[in-house]
Amino acid sequence: MISIFLKEVNEFLDSLIAYVVIGVFLIGIGLMMWVFPDTNILDYGYASMEPLFSLGPYVFMFLIPAITMKSFAEEKRTGTIELLQTLPFRDSQIILGKFLAGFFLVFFSVLPTLIYYFSLSRLGNPVNNLDTPGIIGSYIGLILLGGVFTAIGILASALTNNQIVSFILAAFICFFFYSGIDAVAGINVWSDWSYYISEVGILTHYASISRGLVDLKDVVYFLSMITVMLMLTQLTLGLRK
Amino acid sequence: MSVSIQNLTKIFGEQKAVNNISFEAKEGVITGFLGPNGAGKSTTMKMATGYISPTSGTVLINEIDVTREPLKVKTITGYLPEHNPLYLDMYVREFLRFVASAYGLKSSKKRVEEIIELVGLQRERSKRLSDLSKGYRQRVGLAKSLIHDPEVLILDEPTSGLDPNQILEIRQVIKNISLDKTVILSTHIMQEVEAICDHVVIIDKGDLVANDKLSVLKEGLNEGNGIIMEFEIPVDRKIFSEAGFEPVDFGKNAFLIESDRSDLRAELLRITSEHDLPLVSLTKSQKSLEEIFHRLTQNTEA
Repeated sequence: MISIFLKEVNEFLDSLIAYVVIGVFLIGIGLMMWVFPDTNILDYGYASMEPLFSLGPYVFMFLIPAITMKSFAEEKRTGTIELLQTLPFRDSQIILGKFLAGFFLVFFSVLPTLIYYFSLSRLGNPVNNLDTPGIIGSYIGLILLGGVFTAIGILASALTNNQIVSFILAAFICFFFYSGIDAVAGINVWSDWSYYISEVGILTHYASISRGLVDLKDVVYFLSMITVMLMLTQLTLGLRK
Repeated sequence: MSVSIQNLTKIFGEQKAVNNISFEAKEGVITGFLGPNGAGKSTTMKMATGYISPTSGTVLINEIDVTREPLKVKTITGYLPEHNPLYLDMYVREFLRFVASAYGLKSSKKRVEEIIELVGLQRERSKRLSDLSKGYRQRVGLAKSLIHDPEVLILDEPTSGLDPNQILEIRQVIKNISLDKTVILSTHIMQEVEAICDHVVIIDKGDLVANDKLSVLKEGLNEGNGIIMEFEIPVDRKIFSEAGFEPVDFGKNAFLIESDRSDLRAELLRITSEHDLPLVSLTKSQKSLEEIFHRLTQNTEA
């Protein structure tokens, strides 16, 4: 598993994907937090990192499928999947290696935004007047959400051997689970069920964790979403047999 | 050490790709696995390496069932897939180190350099795989399947796409390493089989049509020795038919004489000298493996 992880990370670094992803994420988020008139913190006047955590998921929705679209689709197209699957790896090791490599990249694109935290805490009046627990919770939420999106991307990539199909599929599934389900729950036909439907979506759990209250229920939700997606991937890979 | 394939069947949808074939490949012997395109060679090899699983039947590699313990089998098997897929963005050393780490090899650096020498990649060792020619990529593929010193080697068309010199070199490499290994190699180049294989398995449309030693296979089809006689000038065939033979025209001024008797050469020579005929050559007509192959794999076509 470690050798797959290293191979994938090397591939990201060699192919510029890593730099592009981290760069685009940071530039996009940075512009929205500090420059663009509607969303920037300086005009807003409150020391809050809200823009990062409300816009981050939408940026991830495009960036993460771009990271993962290659992982299995390209291996299937070029036939190297046969090489990989005839080396002494379990399918689960291959999947986990690829997932962790993608997740690693997501983690490192979020990491530099910690600078925003320090800038904001200096800007606060009085200094350090910041909702630190809320921000820690939001970071945990964002990272977990990145994990779910990565797992979705890996699954989409295993379903096809075309990278573009994989990208669009992943972006759609991410969107569906993030805000789609919540929107569905809002339709006025479910009555009492609406609560349970929205619980299936990511947004409810993400919002709850962002308040700074890291509830076990939410963490379990994110981890089980990742597990389910990766197990579906394993099922998909097993179909070749 | 051996590979034992027992009643192996693979069905894709409605198509029987491999139909109940059984054969064995022994240690120290190179087994040639032949068949026309689409006969099921690659499918069989994919099942033998655990990449796909059989619909029914078993593959035992050193007595280990591939379906039951795929990881164990993969660590003792070297496999060169058809079309030799490689990570073209990687460098030769990087790729081989990745493979070495996949096998969990200790002192992988040293092993990588060793294997590079073995397959003759010294000059290309710092290049990117996408910059290598097909022949060198094939060597990288071979290096990949040899790096962990496997006991069983399964090679799917190892020499396809190589130039004649490279073919000879790769064959030599395979032959050298085959001494203490079990090697199965698929090909549709008949000269290759005659050059390096000891045992031949032929399949056609998923069915096993031959499974024998190369020498036995050739002998079996050469019953009723034929002799080809070539003369300098046209010769009346009556001379031979009077002696009880049935000469058939075989090119210019030449006859093919077939008979059930073992060796006719001495007798034919006697007749020739009696009539003072200008004989240019006298050869035994050997049926080449190509003919055998052709005959065995055309039968089922109808």
